Amino acid sequence: MPEAGFDSGRRYGLDPRVALRPEPFGALCYHYGNRRLNFLRSKELVSLVEGLEAHASVDEALAASGIEESRWPAVTTALAALERSEVLRAC
Amino acid sequence: MPASRGLTGELQRGLEAPICLTWEITYGCNLACVHCLSSSGRRDPAELTTAEAMAVVDELAAMQVFYVNIGGGEPTIRPDFFDLVEYSVEKQVGVKFSTNGGTMTAARAQRLAAMDYVDIQISLDGATPATNDPVRGEGSYAAARRAMDLLAGAGFGPFKISVVMTRLNVPELDDLAALADSYGAELRLTRLRPAGRGAETWEELHPSQAQQRELHGWLLERPGVLTGDSFFHLSALGEALPGLNLCGAGRVVCLIDPVGDVYACPFVMHPEFRAGSIRDPGGFGRVWRDSELFTDLREPKVGGACNACGAFDACQGGCMAAKFSTGLPLDGPDPECVLGHGETALAALGAGAARPATVPGHSKPARIPVVLGSRPR
Repeated sequence: MPEAGFDSGRRYGLDPRVALRPEPFGALCYHYGNRRLNFLRSKELVSLVEGLEAHASVDEALAASGIEESRWPAVTTALAALERSEVLRAC
Repeated sequence: MPASRGLTGELQRGLEAPICLTWEITYGCNLACVHCLSSSGRRDPAELTTAEAMAVVDELAAMQVFYVNIGGGEPTIRPDFFDLVEYSVEKQVGVKFSTNGGTMTAARAQRLAAMDYVDIQISLDGATPATNDPVRGEGSYAAARRAMDLLAGAGFGPFKISVVMTRLNVPELDDLAALADSYGAELRLTRLRPAGRGAETWEELHPSQAQQRELHGWLLERPGVLTGDSFFHLSALGEALPGLNLCGAGRVVCLIDPVGDVYACPFVMHPEFRAGSIRDPGGFGRVWRDSELFTDLREPKVGGACNACGAFDACQGGCMAAKFSTGLPLDGPDPECVLGHGETALAALGAGAARPATVPGHSKPARIPVVLGSRPR
Protein backbone atom coordinates (compact mmCIF):
# COMPACT_ATOMS: atom_id res chain seq x y z
CA MET A 1 0.00 0.00 0.00
CA PRO A 2 1.23 3.50 -0.70
CA GLU A 3 2.37 5.53 2.27
CA ALA A 4 0.25 8.08 4.02
CA GLY A 5 0.46 11.35 2.14
CA PHE A 6 -0.36 9.95 -1.25
CA ASP A 7 -4.07 9.42 -1.79
CA SER A 8 -5.16 7.70 -4.98
CA GLY A 9 -8.59 9.23 -4.51
CA ARG A 10 -7.12 12.67 -5.26
CA ARG A 11 -6.08 14.52 -8.39
CA TYR A 12 -2.34 14.75 -9.09
CA GLY A 13 -0.33 16.33 -11.84
CA LEU A 14 3.28 16.87 -12.88
CA ASP A 15 5.07 19.59 -10.97
CA PRO A 16 5.67 22.45 -13.44
CA ARG A 17 9.41 22.33 -12.66
CA VAL A 18 9.64 18.77 -13.98
CA ALA A 19 10.76 17.82 -17.49
CA LEU A 20 10.30 14.38 -19.09
CA ARG A 21 12.65 13.12 -21.79
CA PRO A 22 11.53 10.06 -23.78
CA GLU A 23 13.98 7.15 -23.64
CA PRO A 24 13.83 3.57 -24.97
CA PHE A 25 12.91 2.26 -21.49
CA GLY A 26 10.29 4.93 -20.77
CA ALA A 27 11.45 8.40 -19.79
CA LEU A 28 13.97 10.31 -17.76
CA CYS A 29 12.43 12.75 -15.41
CA TYR A 30 14.32 15.78 -14.07
CA HIS A 31 13.16 18.18 -11.40
CA TYR A 32 14.73 21.60 -11.93
CA GLY A 33 13.85 22.59 -8.38
CA ASN A 34 15.35 19.80 -6.29
CA ARG A 35 17.74 18.70 -9.14
CA ARG A 36 16.68 15.10 -8.73
CA LEU A 37 16.64 12.63 -11.56
CA ASN A 38 14.04 9.87 -11.67
CA PHE A 39 13.43 7.06 -14.11
CA LEU A 40 9.97 6.24 -15.44
CA ARG A 41 10.53 2.65 -16.39
CA SER A 42 7.71 1.89 -18.79
CA LYS A 43 5.95 3.69 -21.62
CA GLU A 44 2.60 3.08 -19.96
CA LEU A 45 3.77 4.77 -16.76
CA VAL A 46 4.94 7.74 -18.84
CA SER A 47 1.53 8.06 -20.54
CA LEU A 48 -0.24 7.71 -17.21
CA VAL A 49 1.88 10.41 -15.54
CA GLU A 50 1.51 12.80 -18.47
CA GLY A 51 -2.27 12.43 -18.47
CA LEU A 52 -2.78 12.27 -14.70
CA GLU A 53 -3.99 15.80 -14.21
CA ALA A 54 -6.85 15.34 -16.66
CA HIS A 55 -8.52 12.92 -14.24
CA ALA A 56 -10.25 13.75 -10.98
CA SER A 57 -8.32 11.01 -9.18
CA VAL A 58 -5.48 8.56 -9.66
CA ASP A 59 -8.01 5.70 -9.44
CA GLU A 60 -9.96 7.23 -12.30
CA ALA A 61 -6.79 7.72 -14.35
CA LEU A 62 -5.87 4.07 -13.83
CA ALA A 63 -9.33 2.88 -14.85
CA ALA A 64 -9.04 4.89 -18.06
CA SER A 65 -5.45 3.85 -18.75
CA GLY A 66 -5.83 0.35 -20.13
CA ILE A 67 -3.24 -0.89 -17.61
CA GLU A 68 -4.23 -4.34 -16.31
CA GLU A 69 -5.99 -4.12 -12.97
CA SER A 70 -3.60 -6.63 -11.39
CA ARG A 71 -0.80 -4.09 -11.89
CA TRP A 72 -2.58 -1.11 -10.36
CA PRO A 73 -1.09 -1.59 -6.86
CA ALA A 74 2.46 -1.63 -8.27
CA VAL A 75 1.77 1.40 -10.44
CA THR A 76 0.20 3.21 -7.48
CA THR A 77 3.33 2.52 -5.44
CA ALA A 78 5.45 3.99 -8.24
CA LEU A 79 3.23 7.09 -8.34
CA ALA A 80 3.48 7.48 -4.56
CA ALA A 81 7.29 7.41 -4.87
CA LEU A 82 7.10 10.11 -7.56
CA GLU A 83 4.95 12.19 -5.22
CA ARG A 84 7.59 11.88 -2.49
CA SER A 85 10.23 13.02 -5.00
CA GLU A 86 8.04 16.06 -5.74
CA VAL A 87 7.63 14.95 -9.36
CA LEU A 88 3.86 14.76 -8.81
CA ARG A 89 1.90 17.19 -6.73
CA ALA A 90 -1.71 17.18 -5.59
CA CYS A 91 -3.79 19.67 -7.52
CA MET B 1 20.69 8.58 -8.59
CA PRO B 2 18.78 5.44 -7.73
CA ALA B 3 19.17 2.62 -10.22
CA SER B 4 18.21 -1.02 -10.01
CA ARG B 5 20.08 -3.77 -11.81
CA GLY B 6 17.58 -3.87 -14.69
CA LEU B 7 17.94 -0.18 -15.23
CA THR B 8 21.72 -0.45 -15.19
CA GLY B 9 21.43 -2.78 -18.17
CA GLU B 10 19.29 -0.26 -20.00
CA LEU B 11 21.67 2.58 -19.26
CA GLN B 12 24.59 0.51 -20.55
CA ARG B 13 22.89 0.46 -23.93
CA GLY B 14 22.94 4.23 -24.03
CA LEU B 15 20.40 7.05 -23.90
CA GLU B 16 18.91 9.51 -26.38
CA ALA B 17 21.09 12.20 -24.82
CA PRO B 18 23.63 12.27 -21.99
CA ILE B 19 22.51 12.65 -18.38
CA CYS B 20 25.83 14.00 -17.25
CA LEU B 21 27.57 16.17 -19.81
CA THR B 22 30.79 17.90 -18.86
CA TRP B 23 31.64 20.92 -20.95
CA GLU B 24 35.08 22.39 -20.48
CA ILE B 25 34.86 25.84 -22.00
CA THR B 26 38.49 26.92 -21.74
CA TYR B 27 41.96 25.53 -21.21
CA GLY B 28 42.93 28.80 -19.57
CA CYS B 29 43.49 28.74 -15.83
CA ASN B 30 44.94 30.94 -13.13
CA LEU B 31 46.10 27.84 -11.26
CA ALA B 32 48.24 24.86 -12.24
CA CYS B 33 46.97 22.01 -10.06
CA VAL B 34 49.28 19.04 -10.08
CA HIS B 35 46.40 16.63 -10.86
CA CYS B 36 44.65 18.70 -13.55
CA LEU B 37 42.84 16.27 -15.86
CA SER B 38 43.05 18.58 -18.85
CA SER B 39 46.60 19.90 -18.25
CA SER B 40 45.11 23.38 -18.35
CA GLY B 41 46.97 26.67 -18.19
CA ARG B 42 46.92 28.62 -21.44
CA ARG B 43 43.80 29.33 -23.51
CA ASP B 44 43.73 27.59 -26.89
CA PRO B 45 43.28 29.93 -29.88
CA ALA B 46 40.86 27.39 -31.37
CA GLU B 47 38.45 27.47 -28.41
CA LEU B 48 34.78 27.77 -29.33
CA THR B 49 33.63 31.31 -30.04
CA THR B 50 30.69 32.76 -28.16
CA ALA B 51 28.43 32.10 -31.15
CA GLU B 52 29.62 28.50 -31.45
CA ALA B 53 29.15 27.95 -27.73
CA MET B 54 25.62 29.34 -27.87
CA ALA B 55 24.85 27.04 -30.80
CA VAL B 56 25.98 24.13 -28.61
CA VAL B 57 23.52 25.28 -25.95
CA ASP B 58 20.75 25.42 -28.57
CA GLU B 59 21.49 21.86 -29.57
CA LEU B 60 21.61 20.61 -25.97
CA ALA B 61 18.27 22.31 -25.33
CA ALA B 62 16.76 20.58 -28.39
CA MET B 63 18.06 17.23 -27.13
CA GLN B 64 16.59 17.96 -23.69
CA VAL B 65 19.89 17.73 -21.86
CA PHE B 66 18.65 18.84 -18.45
CA TYR B 67 21.89 20.42 -17.27
CA VAL B 68 25.56 20.78 -18.14
CA ASN B 69 28.58 20.62 -15.88
CA ILE B 70 30.72 23.53 -16.98
CA GLY B 71 34.39 23.44 -16.17
CA GLY B 72 37.80 24.02 -17.65
CA GLY B 73 40.44 25.25 -17.05
CA GLU B 74 38.87 27.94 -14.95
CA PRO B 75 35.60 28.62 -16.80
CA THR B 76 35.01 32.03 -15.24
CA ILE B 77 38.04 33.55 -16.96
CA ARG B 78 36.22 33.49 -20.29
CA PRO B 79 34.97 37.04 -20.85
CA ASP B 80 31.64 35.63 -22.09
CA PHE B 81 31.23 33.27 -19.12
CA PHE B 82 28.18 35.00 -17.65
CA ASP B 83 26.58 35.43 -21.08
CA LEU B 84 26.92 31.69 -21.71
CA VAL B 85 25.53 30.76 -18.30
CA GLU B 86 22.59 33.11 -18.64
CA TYR B 87 21.88 31.93 -22.18
CA SER B 88 21.95 28.30 -21.10
CA VAL B 89 19.62 28.81 -18.15
CA GLU B 90 17.25 30.77 -20.37
CA LYS B 91 17.14 27.75 -22.72
CA GLN B 92 16.25 25.43 -19.80
CA VAL B 93 19.66 23.82 -19.76
CA GLY B 94 20.60 24.09 -16.08
CA VAL B 95 24.20 24.97 -15.25
CA LYS B 96 26.47 23.44 -12.66
CA PHE B 97 29.90 24.96 -12.86
CA SER B 98 33.21 24.25 -11.16
CA THR B 99 35.51 27.04 -10.14
CA ASN B 100 38.58 27.52 -8.02
CA GLY B 101 36.99 30.75 -6.77
CA GLY B 102 39.87 32.99 -7.78
CA THR B 103 37.75 35.34 -9.89
CA MET B 104 34.85 35.69 -7.44
CA THR B 105 33.85 39.19 -6.42
CA ALA B 106 30.95 40.46 -4.33
CA ALA B 107 29.24 41.69 -7.50
CA ARG B 108 29.66 38.35 -9.26
CA ALA B 109 28.38 36.47 -6.23
CA GLN B 110 25.26 38.63 -6.22
CA ARG B 111 24.74 38.10 -9.95
CA LEU B 112 25.01 34.33 -9.47
CA ALA B 113 22.67 34.39 -6.48
CA ALA B 114 20.01 36.01 -8.66
CA MET B 115 20.04 33.22 -11.27
CA ASP B 116 17.80 30.18 -11.40
CA TYR B 117 19.18 26.73 -12.08
CA VAL B 118 22.80 27.55 -11.37
CA ASP B 119 24.78 25.30 -9.05
CA ILE B 120 28.36 26.10 -8.07
CA GLN B 121 31.12 23.73 -7.09
CA ILE B 122 34.16 25.27 -5.49
CA SER B 123 37.21 23.07 -5.73
CA LEU B 124 39.19 22.55 -2.56
CA ASP B 125 41.49 19.61 -2.01
CA GLY B 126 42.11 19.89 1.70
CA ALA B 127 40.64 21.23 4.92
CA THR B 128 43.77 23.34 5.51
CA PRO B 129 46.16 25.31 3.29
CA ALA B 130 48.90 22.87 4.31
CA THR B 131 47.04 20.04 2.59
CA ASN B 132 45.39 21.97 -0.23
CA ASP B 133 48.07 24.34 -1.46
CA PRO B 134 50.77 21.80 -2.39
CA VAL B 135 48.22 20.29 -4.81
CA ARG B 136 46.31 23.33 -6.04
CA GLY B 137 48.91 26.06 -5.65
CA GLU B 138 50.04 28.68 -3.15
CA GLY B 139 47.17 30.85 -1.96
CA SER B 140 44.49 28.67 -3.56
CA TYR B 141 42.97 27.64 -0.22
CA ALA B 142 42.53 31.26 0.85
CA ALA B 143 41.04 32.16 -2.55
CA ALA B 144 38.51 29.32 -2.39
CA ARG B 145 37.47 30.23 1.15
CA ARG B 146 37.10 33.87 0.13
CA ALA B 147 34.80 32.83 -2.74
CA MET B 148 32.75 30.74 -0.30
CA ASP B 149 32.44 33.72 2.03
CA LEU B 150 31.31 35.93 -0.85
CA LEU B 151 28.68 33.42 -2.00
CA ALA B 152 27.43 32.98 1.55
CA GLY B 153 27.34 36.76 1.97
CA ALA B 154 25.33 37.15 -1.24
CA GLY B 155 22.79 34.56 -0.05
CA PHE B 156 23.55 32.19 -2.92
CA GLY B 157 22.30 29.22 -0.91
CA PRO B 158 23.87 25.80 -0.68
CA PHE B 159 26.88 25.63 -2.99
CA LYS B 160 29.06 22.55 -3.20
CA ILE B 161 32.60 22.06 -1.99
CA SER B 162 34.23 19.67 -4.43
CA VAL B 163 37.19 17.64 -3.23
CA VAL B 164 39.42 15.27 -5.18
CA MET B 165 40.36 12.54 -2.71
CA THR B 166 44.09 12.03 -2.27
CA ARG B 167 46.45 10.33 0.13
CA LEU B 168 46.89 13.74 1.81
CA ASN B 169 43.26 14.60 2.47
CA VAL B 170 41.61 11.29 3.38
CA PRO B 171 42.60 11.95 7.04
CA GLU B 172 40.64 15.23 6.80
CA LEU B 173 37.28 13.75 5.77
CA ASP B 174 35.55 14.81 8.99
CA ASP B 175 37.11 18.28 8.84
CA LEU B 176 35.96 18.71 5.24
CA ALA B 177 32.43 17.69 6.23
CA ALA B 178 32.53 20.18 9.12
CA LEU B 179 33.74 22.92 6.79
CA ALA B 180 30.84 22.24 4.39
CA ASP B 181 28.41 22.25 7.32
CA SER B 182 29.74 25.59 8.52
CA TYR B 183 28.61 27.14 5.22
CA GLY B 184 25.42 25.09 4.87
CA ALA B 185 27.18 23.72 1.79
CA GLU B 186 27.11 20.26 0.28
CA LEU B 187 30.27 18.17 0.25
CA ARG B 188 31.20 16.44 -2.99
CA LEU B 189 34.05 13.96 -3.13
CA THR B 190 35.47 12.62 -6.37
CA ARG B 191 38.13 10.20 -7.38
CA LEU B 192 41.67 11.18 -8.37
CA ARG B 193 42.32 10.08 -11.93
CA PRO B 194 45.74 9.46 -13.48
CA ALA B 195 44.97 11.72 -16.47
CA GLY B 196 46.45 14.99 -17.70
CA ARG B 197 49.03 16.30 -15.22
CA GLY B 198 47.52 13.76 -12.83
CA ALA B 199 49.33 11.05 -14.77
CA GLU B 200 52.58 12.36 -13.29
CA THR B 201 51.35 12.68 -9.70
CA TRP B 202 48.83 9.86 -9.37
CA GLU B 203 51.27 7.33 -8.04
CA GLU B 204 52.24 9.58 -5.16
CA LEU B 205 48.79 11.03 -4.49
CA HIS B 206 46.24 8.25 -4.92
CA PRO B 207 44.73 6.94 -1.65
CA SER B 208 46.23 3.82 -0.13
CA GLN B 209 44.25 0.59 0.12
CA ALA B 210 43.62 1.27 3.82
CA GLN B 211 42.39 4.77 2.93
CA GLN B 212 40.08 3.36 0.25
CA ARG B 213 38.48 1.12 2.89
CA GLU B 214 38.19 4.07 5.25
CA LEU B 215 36.57 6.18 2.53
CA HIS B 216 34.11 3.40 1.64
CA GLY B 217 32.98 3.09 5.26
CA TRP B 218 32.82 6.85 5.69
CA LEU B 219 30.67 7.29 2.58
CA LEU B 220 28.29 4.48 3.56
CA GLU B 221 27.62 6.31 6.81
CA ARG B 222 26.95 9.56 4.98
CA PRO B 223 24.62 8.97 2.03
CA GLY B 224 24.11 12.74 1.76
CA VAL B 225 27.69 13.30 0.63
CA LEU B 226 27.82 13.63 -3.17
CA THR B 227 30.30 11.58 -5.18
CA GLY B 228 29.34 11.99 -8.83
CA ASP B 229 29.07 8.19 -8.59
CA SER B 230 32.83 8.16 -9.06
CA PHE B 231 33.77 5.55 -6.44
CA PHE B 232 31.89 2.58 -7.81
CA HIS B 233 35.10 0.53 -7.81
CA LEU B 234 34.81 0.57 -3.98
CA SER B 235 31.62 -1.48 -4.20
CA ALA B 236 33.83 -4.57 -4.52
CA LEU B 237 34.48 -4.14 -0.78
CA GLY B 238 30.98 -5.46 -0.15
CA GLU B 239 28.20 -2.98 0.23
CA ALA B 240 27.50 -0.91 -2.88
CA LEU B 241 27.58 2.87 -2.53
CA PRO B 242 24.40 4.70 -3.44
CA GLY B 243 24.23 5.77 -7.07
CA LEU B 244 25.00 4.35 -10.44
CA ASN B 245 27.52 1.54 -10.21
CA LEU B 246 28.82 1.48 -13.73
CA CYS B 247 31.15 3.28 -16.11
CA GLY B 248 28.94 5.82 -17.85
CA ALA B 249 31.43 6.74 -20.58
CA GLY B 250 29.60 7.23 -23.87
CA ARG B 251 26.47 5.75 -22.28
CA VAL B 252 25.22 8.43 -19.90
CA VAL B 253 28.34 10.61 -19.71
CA CYS B 254 30.57 12.48 -22.15
CA LEU B 255 32.81 15.51 -22.43
CA ILE B 256 32.93 18.45 -24.82
CA ASP B 257 36.37 20.05 -24.65
CA PRO B 258 37.20 23.75 -25.19
CA VAL B 259 37.82 23.30 -28.93
CA GLY B 260 34.60 21.31 -29.43
CA ASP B 261 36.03 17.81 -29.43
CA VAL B 262 33.76 15.20 -27.88
CA TYR B 263 35.31 12.55 -25.63
CA ALA B 264 33.73 9.54 -23.94
CA CYS B 265 34.40 10.93 -20.49
CA PRO B 266 36.24 13.81 -18.80
CA PHE B 267 39.03 11.53 -17.61
CA VAL B 268 40.48 10.39 -20.94
CA MET B 269 41.18 13.29 -23.27
CA HIS B 270 43.10 11.06 -25.62
CA PRO B 271 42.57 10.46 -29.37
CA GLU B 272 41.55 6.88 -28.67
CA PHE B 273 38.50 8.16 -26.77
CA ARG B 274 37.66 11.06 -29.06
CA ALA B 275 34.31 10.38 -30.69
CA GLY B 276 34.18 13.44 -32.97
CA SER B 277 33.67 17.19 -32.81
CA ILE B 278 30.70 19.47 -32.40
CA ARG B 279 32.16 21.26 -35.44
CA ASP B 280 31.56 18.15 -37.60
CA PRO B 281 28.42 18.01 -39.77
CA GLY B 282 25.50 16.94 -37.60
CA GLY B 283 27.03 18.56 -34.55
CA PHE B 284 27.00 17.10 -31.07
CA GLY B 285 23.81 15.10 -31.57
CA ARG B 286 25.29 13.07 -34.37
CA VAL B 287 28.43 12.32 -32.39
CA TRP B 288 26.36 11.21 -29.40
CA ARG B 289 23.97 9.05 -31.43
CA ASP B 290 26.12 7.64 -34.21
CA SER B 291 29.83 7.80 -33.47
CA GLU B 292 31.61 4.50 -33.84
CA LEU B 293 33.30 4.89 -30.46
CA PHE B 294 30.11 5.53 -28.48
CA THR B 295 28.30 2.72 -30.30
CA ASP B 296 31.11 0.39 -29.31
CA LEU B 297 31.13 1.56 -25.67
CA ARG B 298 27.40 0.72 -25.45
CA GLU B 299 28.01 -2.91 -26.39
CA PRO B 300 27.96 -5.37 -23.50
CA LYS B 301 31.45 -5.87 -22.09
CA VAL B 302 32.99 -9.17 -21.12
CA GLY B 303 35.01 -9.10 -17.93
CA GLY B 304 38.37 -10.22 -19.35
CA ALA B 305 40.83 -10.87 -16.53
CA CYS B 306 38.11 -9.81 -14.06
CA ASN B 307 35.65 -12.44 -15.29
CA ALA B 308 36.77 -14.98 -12.73
CA CYS B 309 36.45 -12.51 -9.84
CA GLY B 310 33.39 -12.77 -7.64
CA ALA B 311 33.29 -8.99 -7.26
CA PHE B 312 32.90 -8.21 -10.97
CA ASP B 313 29.14 -7.69 -10.72
CA ALA B 314 29.72 -5.15 -7.96
CA CYS B 315 32.56 -3.09 -9.44
CA GLN B 316 32.11 -3.79 -13.19
CA GLY B 317 35.88 -3.80 -13.55
CA GLY B 318 36.17 -0.20 -12.35
CA CYS B 319 37.14 2.94 -14.24
CA MET B 320 38.07 2.66 -17.91
CA ALA B 321 39.99 5.93 -17.80
CA ALA B 322 42.07 4.89 -14.81
CA LYS B 323 43.04 1.65 -16.54
CA PHE B 324 43.86 3.29 -19.84
CA SER B 325 45.94 6.06 -18.30
CA THR B 326 48.03 3.65 -16.25
CA GLY B 327 48.66 1.39 -19.24
CA LEU B 328 46.41 -1.45 -18.05
CA PRO B 329 44.16 -3.38 -20.45
CA LEU B 330 40.58 -2.11 -20.50
CA ASP B 331 39.16 -5.55 -19.78
CA GLY B 332 41.42 -6.03 -16.76
CA PRO B 333 41.30 -4.72 -13.20
CA ASP B 334 41.18 -1.09 -12.15
CA PRO B 335 44.62 0.13 -10.93
CA GLU B 336 42.99 0.82 -7.55
CA CYS B 337 41.12 -2.52 -7.42
CA VAL B 338 40.27 -2.92 -3.74
CA LEU B 339 41.12 -6.61 -3.92
CA GLY B 340 44.68 -5.79 -4.98
CA HIS B 341 44.43 -7.13 -8.54
CA GLY B 342 45.33 -3.71 -9.95
CA GLU B 343 48.57 -3.50 -8.00
CA THR B 344 49.53 -6.95 -9.25
CA ALA B 345 48.74 -5.96 -12.84
CA LEU B 346 50.72 -2.72 -12.53
CA ALA B 347 53.68 -4.58 -11.06
CA ALA B 348 53.54 -7.02 -13.97
CA LEU B 349 53.70 -4.11 -16.42
CA GLY B 350 56.99 -3.03 -14.87
CA ALA B 351 58.34 0.42 -14.18
CA GLY B 352 59.43 1.08 -17.75
CA ALA B 353 56.05 0.28 -19.32
CA ALA B 354 54.79 2.86 -21.78
CA ARG B 355 51.76 4.81 -20.67
CA PRO B 356 49.64 6.78 -23.12
CA ALA B 357 50.50 10.46 -23.36
CA THR B 358 47.56 12.79 -22.81
CA VAL B 359 47.13 15.39 -25.50
CA PRO B 360 47.22 18.24 -26.14
CA GLY B 361 48.76 19.80 -23.06
CA HIS B 362 48.04 23.43 -22.26
CA SER B 363 50.29 23.69 -19.22
CA LYS B 364 51.98 27.05 -18.92
CA PRO B 365 55.59 26.65 -20.05
CA ALA B 366 57.09 28.54 -17.12
CA ARG B 367 55.20 26.60 -14.49
CA ILE B 368 57.15 26.34 -11.28
CA PRO B 369 57.28 22.69 -10.31
CA VAL B 370 55.37 22.01 -7.13
CA VAL B 371 57.15 19.78 -4.69
CA LEU B 372 54.81 17.55 -2.76
CA GLY B 373 55.71 16.98 0.82
CA SER B 374 56.83 13.45 1.48
CA ARG B 375 54.55 11.63 3.86
CA PRO B 376 54.98 8.36 5.65
CA ARG B 377 53.44 5.58 3.60
